[in-house]
Amino acid sequence: MDGGLINPGRQEAERTAGARIEPGRSYGFFTDTTLCIGCKACEVACKEWNGLPADGDMRLSGHSYDNTGALGAETWRHVGFVERLDDRPGEMKPFQSNWIMFSDVCKHCDPAPCLEACPTGALFRTEFDTVVVQQDICNGCAYCVPACPFGVVEISKADGKAHKCTLCHDRMKGGMEPACAKACPTDSIQFGALEDLIPRAHERVEQLQEMGQDRAYLYGAPGTPGATHGIEKLNAFFLLTERPEVHGLPSEPVRPAPRAQPSLIAGLGTLAGLAAAALVFGLGGRR
Amino acid sequence: MPRRTIPDRAVEFLREWSVPRQMAGQDHRREAAESAMARHGRPRTEKADSVGTSICPYCAVGCAQLIYAKDRQPIAVEGDPSSPINQGTLCPKGAATMGLMTSPMRLDRVLHRAPHATEWREVSLDWAMDRIAHLTKQTRDESFVGDAPDGTRLNHTMAIGSLGGATLDNEENYLIKKLFTAGLGMVFVENQARV
Amino acid sequence: MPSLGTTFGRGAATMPQWDLARSDVVLVMGSNMAENHPIAFRFAMQAKLRGATLIHVDPRFTRTSAMCDIYAPIRAGTDIAFLGGIIHYLLENDLWFREWAVPYTNIATIIEDGFAGPEGDGTFSGWKEEETRYGTETWQYKGLTVPSPLAEAWMETGGDFAERVSHLRDGPPPRDETLQHPNCVYQIMRRHFARYTPEMVERITGCPRDLFLRICEAMARNSGRERTGAICYAVGWNHHSTGAQIIRAGAILMGLLGNVGRPGAGMLALRGHTSIQGSTDIATLYDLMPGYLPQPHALRPHGTLEEYLKVETAPTGWWSEFPKYAVSLLRAFYGGEASAANGWGYDWMPRIVGDHSMLPMTLAMDNGVMSGLFVMGQNPAVGGSNSKLVQRGLAKLEWMVVRDIAETDTATFWRDGHLIRDGEMRPEEIGTEVFLMPGSLSGEKAGSFTNTHRLVQWHDKVVDAPGDSTSELWFVDELGRRLRKLYAGSTRPEDQPIINLRWDYPRDEEDEPDAEAVLREINGHRCADGQLLSTFQDLKEDGSTACGTWIYTGVFPEAGKNLARARKADGPEGPGTHLGWGFAWPANRRTLNNRASADPDGRPWSERKKLIQWSEEKGEWSGPDVPDFPKDKRPDYQPNWEERPKGVAAHSGSEPFIMLADGRAGLFAPSGLKDGPLPEHYESVETPATNPLHPSMSSSPAAKRWDQQDNRLAPPGDPRYPHMLTTFRLTEHHSGGTPTRIVTTTAELQPEMFCEIPVELAGTLGIRMGDWVVLATERGEIETKAMVTSRLRPFRLPDGSECHQLALPWHFGWAGFATGDVANVLTSVVGDANTGMHENKSLACALRPGRLNRVQRPRREAR
Repeated sequence: MDGGLINPGRQEAERTAGARIEPGRSYGFFTDTTLCIGCKACEVACKEWNGLPADGDMRLSGHSYDNTGALGAETWRHVGFVERLDDRPGEMKPFQSNWIMFSDVCKHCDPAPCLEACPTGALFRTEFDTVVVQQDICNGCAYCVPACPFGVVEISKADGKAHKCTLCHDRMKGGMEPACAKACPTDSIQFGALEDLIPRAHERVEQLQEMGQDRAYLYGAPGTPGATHGIEKLNAFFLLTERPEVHGLPSEPVRPAPRAQPSLIAGLGTLAGLAAAALVFGLGGRR
Repeated sequence: MPRRTIPDRAVEFLREWSVPRQMAGQDHRREAAESAMARHGRPRTEKADSVGTSICPYCAVGCAQLIYAKDRQPIAVEGDPSSPINQGTLCPKGAATMGLMTSPMRLDRVLHRAPHATEWREVSLDWAMDRIAHLTKQTRDESFVGDAPDGTRLNHTMAIGSLGGATLDNEENYLIKKLFTAGLGMVFVENQARV
Repeated sequence: MPSLGTTFGRGAATMPQWDLARSDVVLVMGSNMAENHPIAFRFAMQAKLRGATLIHVDPRFTRTSAMCDIYAPIRAGTDIAFLGGIIHYLLENDLWFREWAVPYTNIATIIEDGFAGPEGDGTFSGWKEEETRYGTETWQYKGLTVPSPLAEAWMETGGDFAERVSHLRDGPPPRDETLQHPNCVYQIMRRHFARYTPEMVERITGCPRDLFLRICEAMARNSGRERTGAICYAVGWNHHSTGAQIIRAGAILMGLLGNVGRPGAGMLALRGHTSIQGSTDIATLYDLMPGYLPQPHALRPHGTLEEYLKVETAPTGWWSEFPKYAVSLLRAFYGGEASAANGWGYDWMPRIVGDHSMLPMTLAMDNGVMSGLFVMGQNPAVGGSNSKLVQRGLAKLEWMVVRDIAETDTATFWRDGHLIRDGEMRPEEIGTEVFLMPGSLSGEKAGSFTNTHRLVQWHDKVVDAPGDSTSELWFVDELGRRLRKLYAGSTRPEDQPIINLRWDYPRDEEDEPDAEAVLREINGHRCADGQLLSTFQDLKEDGSTACGTWIYTGVFPEAGKNLARARKADGPEGPGTHLGWGFAWPANRRTLNNRASADPDGRPWSERKKLIQWSEEKGEWSGPDVPDFPKDKRPDYQPNWEERPKGVAAHSGSEPFIMLADGRAGLFAPSGLKDGPLPEHYESVETPATNPLHPSMSSSPAAKRWDQQDNRLAPPGDPRYPHMLTTFRLTEHHSGGTPTRIVTTTAELQPEMFCEIPVELAGTLGIRMGDWVVLATERGEIETKAMVTSRLRPFRLPDGSECHQLALPWHFGWAGFATGDVANVLTSVVGDANTGMHENKSLACALRPGRLNRVQRPRREAR
């Protein structure tokens, strides 16, 4: 049975996102902040699906309604809140205004600096053009952490390995929309093939500008802010109405020089070394 | 999973090792780098041995959910895409339904606090039911009023109350009203409708 | 409930949630919809994407406000002034939907000469100061007595009530369709709302006039043949001493605009608990029996079944069917033991003697009247007003049974509660015997919920609940079985009800009662052969049918056909009424009063807004919804008054509101409300403001007050309590908090109690974000952390002075991962005159920086 257990034959993602999931195509998220109600369903759905623990200290943060702080090893979707009630009441921009709510996530960059920095091949680009850390390979070297221009990847205190959003790689393999996008009550998070999402996002910007939201722009779509300095596109891209910094995003993310030489030889060497170690030390204890 | 032998693992390693795959022309950052975890990953809903339709237990919007279960335990709770209400979506509470069902704080035993005690003690369900039935009867019998002094029929007890119902099933509400009001004559029967 | 009931006939949301997507304007007021009903708000957002205007009117700028086109801040508790102002604007500028409202509402009906509004001394005519209640004689249609469409048709009128109301069968109520008669409802409304000018609205509510007028324009613009609007409200309206009248004001507004019974139109009551509608329909409430039948009352002419049926049966409108429903319910309750000879067991039913709702229940615990309590899936220590009074009451009980999924605050009041923390009592001093029993969730048991738009939806049992968890169905069934054993053989008259109860629910192999068997009993059947009924029109008064809840008849129309379990939604090209998904009471109607979607001649008002229409060929009403009207009643039907028509035969074919005595929406409510036939602005019972409309009658005279030692109220304008306080909910938590505070993924999102404090006030008091603060009212004090925000703004009171509003989420307590003081320690037991609902959305309080000196810190703090 697949994600369409109730309705076999048809993928669930076709029903929930209007997107068929097929290997070889590029998928991602279009997060339209103007539709975000800050409900955090994405955070919860992500944690529930991926079995992630609470990582907050169960204390009030004082940062508006944000108490989970930032993306990290155990928080793969994070909703930020910025109160901006400088506008007079009544003079509201179409859609979200005066209280900026924004669901952040791993950008699944193309090319992805984290992947380029990974010496073990733990980070890889999937058949869906997303970027995933494979914990069964990751050795916790943390090279990916500083490489990420967005501060997304983090080493988990629990297992010492790198963790981040997988764009629900497992769900996608079963034809299911990623958990956060599926849950999103207002379709602020839209999942789909980039060839569909990018034109849709450009149309949305035009629509908002016509309605008077002249500050709407895309961040991370090809040729837009966010896709800069060697990063061609963010597979998870955004529609923003404030400067990127307001959302904690760099105005011009930079793809750092790759730290580990991503070559066949390096791969050979590293993996051979790891393999030898695994064969010698690792076999008895694993089931 | 059965414990694997060293030769098994060596074969597995060779298959998983990316170098041969790179040599075969696969991209070292793509297919060639794919591990067993990634390759074998599937949505765990596929492990379900049963799927049932449910309704979200929080607010009154009435979002439909699919509960995926294995061995009668929940393995995932998803928004039901068929529902004209939520169309697969869920709010943060609804999305936490799996966490609610499996919360470490879920109660699984009957607890009893004797008068003036400072801690709970665990009791059997049967003992509790028996004691509750006796207390109910005793309190009712001590407080029941058939007629007021002027002869007006009252037929009630004011000494037992019941709170709750808005989080419960219709069928449960019906039995509460039937037993407590029509059976026992309780008038203090209320739920969260005013809260 | 009474507000929608008196206005439109049924106390329930008139429209399905998904229909909001077809609205042209959505007014969210008394609701923080995006936060508390995000999935319902999904449809408001869909409407917005199609060009609709979204409006939020609220004391707080919330996540809902951020998504709206217009946000209007108002001072807490001034909603009637705001809505009254819109009504004034529509009437004075003639912007109401006249073609709809004249035939479909009672706007042309003439009221008794003696009627007088509250313009003078602040009371309507009929106020009895010594009894602190209204007599409703002068509110009646001229020359008539109109029974209420609520579950209490009877009212004190003097004389023979049944005889008086029977004159509704003599002819139509007096009307002046030219609207010129000085005592027609239109003229009364014009006089009444004349005071609600934009200037007065600004003065009372604090909302800038231009903003208010923009909302008036938006509401007016989106009305008429081609356009419709909806109101979404929640307990932000209910939880005032004038709560029912706030909803009435909204309902009147919708009636004037023709926004009922039409696509994208209606009043959407957004309810907070999964089956709060179901538990009102199948009422676990003191004054209602299932199906909105009144609980027999010792102080009313309810002595015998005959008397009860005589005074509670309306001569005209659908409630003329009342005896069929009442007798069938008694048959469901008492089965074969009920007979014509014993009045179908009517004598076994308990009589209420007054208000037995939660607030008086709290007092009954506190003063020792009540000694045993069942609490099932509710958390009164957190959710109950005046929480310390609640906790003192719990401490006086002999025994309490708490059934829930976790250790709730209520279950542990004796160990961790505010009494203990404040040093008022030690656990050893509390004699309450407490049982805490694990309950089960949907998915762990089978059954149905009724959602906020009357949709009955079944959930399967899929998984096992942990350990000794049991459903309430099992618990109540088991308790019933054991009690019946204990009472078996008793000949005492007071034991006959429990002995004679029909109590024979089958159990499955896991010892669980069959929930479908209960639903079948609710649905109703023919007694002779057990044949299930498919419509309440088949119910009988002669005892030959049994039915647990008449409005649910049809949910289980034949063996094996549980329509609550139906799961066939319309496709994208379908009509979008989704008749194959679940079952909406009554009779699977999705939009109530949908006869009003056609004009008096039975034609759609417009192609864009069509729903139900008269088909001359078929001789019936048809369309994508089930008509909420006699299916074959012609639009040109006129009652033959010579025959003294009864029931809906007394309504013409163009009177859509079948539950009401005259078939027309009650803009003016002649009966059914205890605090006035029209809404009037009163200040909350505790307030720093004085009502400029009538300073000597500032707050509602009819509100329920229980001023006593543990429940003191601050007088209006008390300088010790200069701020307004409102309570609210967060999207991350659920009501009393149990099901979200025990789950880490939701608890971490809002991990601690806090108080929202306006920047300006925080500056004055030297309070910074995250500081500890103490809030105080006459009932008690709590400490919490400050959330300093400009989402709350200072207001001018009517006298021109500045006022600050504070806001507290009320989900928190000591149980679970996310904790904090109980907000309801501050609130009081004071209630709406009609519903007994508390006033936790507007009260007066004090604020200071710092903490309380406590004997015991909450457990998590102690770590």
